[in-house]
Amino acid sequence: MHAVELSQVTKRFGHNIIAVDNIDLVVAAGSFVTLLGPSGCGKTTTLRMIAGLETPSAGEIRIKDQRINDVPIHKRNLGIVFQNYALFPHKTIAANVGFGLKYRNVAPDEIGRRVARALDMVRLPGVEERYPTQLSGGQQQRIALARALVIEPDVLLLDEPLSALDANLREEMRVEIKNIQRRVGIATVFVTHDQGEALAMSDHVVVMNKGRIEQAGAPREVYEHPHSAFVASFLGNANFITGQVRSAADGHAQVALGAHVLNATTERRLQAGESVTVVVRAEKIDLLPPGQGGLPGTVADVDYLGALARYQITLEDGTRLLSLASLKDKPLAVGQLVELRIDPQHCRIL
Amino acid sequence: MNRQNARAYALLSPALGSLALFLVAPVLFIAVYSFWIRTAEGLDIPAFQFGNWIAVATDYYYWLGLWGSFKLALVTTMACAAVGYPTAYFLARIRFSNKALLLFLLFLPFWISYIIRTMAWISVLGRTGAVNTALISLGIIDEPLKMLYNDFSVIMGLVYFLLPYMIINVYVSLDGIDRNLEASARTLGCSAWQTFREVTLPLSLPGLGAGCMLCFVLAAGSYVTPRLLGGPDTLFFPDLIYEAIISQLDWPTGAVLSVILLLSLGLLVGVYNRFMSLSDIYRSFAR
Ligand SMILES: Nc1ncnc2c1ncn2[C@@H]1O[C@H](COP(=O)(O)OP(=O)(O)OP(=O)(O)O)[C@@H](O)[C@H]1O
Ligand SMILES: [Mg+2]
Repeated sequence: MHAVELSQVTKRFGHNIIAVDNIDLVVAAGSFVTLLGPSGCGKTTTLRMIAGLETPSAGEIRIKDQRINDVPIHKRNLGIVFQNYALFPHKTIAANVGFGLKYRNVAPDEIGRRVARALDMVRLPGVEERYPTQLSGGQQQRIALARALVIEPDVLLLDEPLSALDANLREEMRVEIKNIQRRVGIATVFVTHDQGEALAMSDHVVVMNKGRIEQAGAPREVYEHPHSAFVASFLGNANFITGQVRSAADGHAQVALGAHVLNATTERRLQAGESVTVVVRAEKIDLLPPGQGGLPGTVADVDYLGALARYQITLEDGTRLLSLASLKDKPLAVGQLVELRIDPQHCRIL
Repeated sequence: MNRQNARAYALLSPALGSLALFLVAPVLFIAVYSFWIRTAEGLDIPAFQFGNWIAVATDYYYWLGLWGSFKLALVTTMACAAVGYPTAYFLARIRFSNKALLLFLLFLPFWISYIIRTMAWISVLGRTGAVNTALISLGIIDEPLKMLYNDFSVIMGLVYFLLPYMIINVYVSLDGIDRNLEASARTLGCSAWQTFREVTLPLSLPGLGAGCMLCFVLAAGSYVTPRLLGGPDTLFFPDLIYEAIISQLDWPTGAVLSVILLLSLGLLVGVYNRFMSLSDIYRSFAR
């Protein structure tokens, strides 16, 4: 049984805006699924359709194998957390967290007990009598989480819950949300445009672009085996190198870059002479001293990042590549000649 | 006083100056006048005595007028709220690309003189006015209804005049409510109506309150509308002030009446402020 299942769901606004375009999505019970994509790609709209806040223009949404397209919002048992917390400003924390229980006809003293337990869970015990504005942003977000979880929803929906927090707090809340999710074992759909969050938290990453799903899979799989230039560039620092196929066999190919050759892997059937694009992640490029038979290049620019250095490398044909190297020594200098070595399994032909 | 403050006051001084000159000074003048003596020959003699105050306070007629005005203001305010709130809700919630145009249309009537707009009601509500003509020609009534020159027409005129103030106040507070609050309430188990009761209405109360306050004060002090559309059956306070000052040239009595109206409305606003200040905080939270 899947916690959530979307089949061929489309959402149009008016006649010409297609916010979500025929997507299929499965959230397995207890799993953490992230919708990742740039602004306007339809992440929020997808989430809102699951919640019932938008009606799909086409397709079917099932929660626990029940078609819920026509179930009104308040009859779906879902917990939702928004970026801006959306706590009721005119109600105390106790009333906020207990809100959903009140509408589930739970007795008042039982509500009190469950609210206290929920506040313990988000590590904010004893704030019952305060008002939302008397809490910090991070605390408010915890309360929003407690409010969503206390009703024991079938699915937890999180719409960029971390993006209003500052960097340190974001890190902390990310761990906290993940811990709570794992402990409660609740199926979760998490929306973000931050690839770091997506990779760190998810069991399953769904990369969206222009209302469509570009690629879905485990974080490592999506990161290491991007199916499209979009996914490759959206997740991590990707380089795109164009060249001609010299020879290809059993998933391996030699790609000619001017006088030099790059060994790459591919899932496609390639013809010799075909022009292809090779994706290489910046951190997979090793920079070596010249004279070892690698791809020659020149350091064009260096960003010193402390633990890392980010190099711009110019190849002989003028192609610019980005390389990320962890720094044990001092960084290379601008103008220095280098050779690039890239493990063939990290050179992927799209 | 530090330099920042000094500069703020310097910048404010034209506004403060004109307020003092055109508002505070005349009001003080009126207040002083209320203690003067009016002789039987119609002379006003400077003095400090409570004769006028006692005369007014013990005259049932004036209290009736004050009650009449407050009742009128109350009914007008309630009608404005009843009509204005749904309208404002509609304006705030409609998905329409050019909302500024709708708000502009709301205030379009203000381009026409208030008096003309009030007079227009005569040709709408009169014996041979639009409403009666329509009803008779449709055969719904035989005799024209008497809708003009009574409390009904006064309330009509005032509601028509004051409605935009109500709508704009409620609109602003509704528009400021984070839509995610309503979405949260819905997902937590509220029906649409329960959401309105739990979230939308409480968070729009500051706007509704401000609108009511404005309508009440303007209605209670209105003079032109009751004069043009009112009948002989009800007494309104501003009418009594006019009567005292213009007809009887009794400035001290008129001054007493003016101060009474000012104080009672001031008291109302003061009570409102104490009472509503809490909800105002909510509104600023409700982003
Ligand atoms: N109510 C609406 N009316 C019209 N168009 C809408 C509406 N809601 C969303 N859209 C459009 O649908 C598209 C997808 O919007 P959505 O909010 O789902 O994006 P998103 O992926 O959540 O982006 P972000 O990261 O900026 O939050 C956008 O082009 C947006 O302009
Ligand atoms: Mg969004």
